[in-house]
Amino acid sequence: MNETQTKALAAYLVALADDELILGHRDSEWTGHAPILEEDIAFANLALDEIGHARLWYELAADLMGVERARFPDRQVYFRPAADFRCLQFVELPKGDWAFSMLRQYLFDAFEQHRLARLVKSEYQPLADVAARIRTEEIYHLRHTRAWVPRLGLGTEESRARMQAALDELWPYAQALGAPLPGELELEEEGLVPGGGSLFAVWSAEVTSLLKEASASTSFADNEVEADRAVHSEYFPALIADLQEVAQLDPAAQW
Amino acid sequence: MVINAVKLLARPSDAQIWEALAEVPDPEMPVVNLVELGIVREIGWVEDALRVTITPTFAACPAYEVMGADIAARLRRLGIERIEVQVRQAPAWTSEWITEEARLKLKAAGLAPPPHHQGELIQVLLAPVACPRCSSTKTSLRNSFGTTPCRMIYTCDDCREPFEQFKPL
Repeated sequence: MNETQTKALAAYLVALADDELILGHRDSEWTGHAPILEEDIAFANLALDEIGHARLWYELAADLMGVERARFPDRQVYFRPAADFRCLQFVELPKGDWAFSMLRQYLFDAFEQHRLARLVKSEYQPLADVAARIRTEEIYHLRHTRAWVPRLGLGTEESRARMQAALDELWPYAQALGAPLPGELELEEEGLVPGGGSLFAVWSAEVTSLLKEASASTSFADNEVEADRAVHSEYFPALIADLQEVAQLDPAAQW
Repeated sequence: MVINAVKLLARPSDAQIWEALAEVPDPEMPVVNLVELGIVREIGWVEDALRVTITPTFAACPAYEVMGADIAARLRRLGIERIEVQVRQAPAWTSEWITEEARLKLKAAGLAPPPHHQGELIQVLLAPVACPRCSSTKTSLRNSFGTTPCRMIYTCDDCREPFEQFKPL
């Protein structure tokens, strides 16, 4: 890789990490609050996994940037201004009701599984190795969230209505999953990462088919998509303030 | 020079080190140790420090720091002063690294061992899981997630007991 590609790949990995971190943070908000005990445990595990995966991506980025990998994830998470995060608004949205969180997790996991299937073939071997690790763990996420879509859609009138409302709100934001990540265009040509556009078509057909089976209506208005990862939702500053509050009280503290 | 030579002579052998490591229980499943779970990958001397390389079962395994501390404490009893525990994430840990003996210990403790999968994880997840108590294969998955990232929850439809399975990975 030349210097430009190295920089681009680091930026790409930080964006992937930011998505995982913020989704994991939202998932963690269910700990102690999920509707049933099993799902409380499940969401705590999902949160832990996503935040763990964020750490792996941050560490890879640190190696590319030539900075110390041990401290880099904490610096990124606890001491970076909100404006410098590169997550999608899709993961920033408040946790909503449980159908909303479950559906968001499913849509994200389904997309991620396609991306990981391609990242395991990356020309940059450390990236391919980490992708392989994350991919097997994510099989359990997708199995779980996939199973809940028909349960919600075909369950009761209330569960169906809640899932439909969640879908209607999430769908426009989910369109940004396929938008190019920072650096993606330069990297795709070199076989370092897959192009998000090609993954998006496969993902869209797959999730639409499952949603239809679950009796959800999938006719959506053409909404404007905010695909620029530098533009955050109105909910993001409060999320970051919450996430960073304790660490910033005493930045030199030893944990 | 002489002091260095003495230090070198006083070093425990690799076999002694592996034996000691095999006495370090998994913090969350103390019936099995970190060697037979395949978590300890490598040992090696870097000057006068012993480097122990571990690969946690799951990327976000919260127990790895405790594992490192337990490993260091056990090795200090062998007279090793400088111990460096290194976490290696790739190649990823796989349940195929769990020894047959450890599988039996897990089962005896009421934890269904992970089935062998030869890389075909999705296929193996469709197969029935045997109850570790009554061996019935009439069991139902209750949750893909359990009390630790590496376990999931089942109930046995015959003996009616809930049990956990160590996830194939």
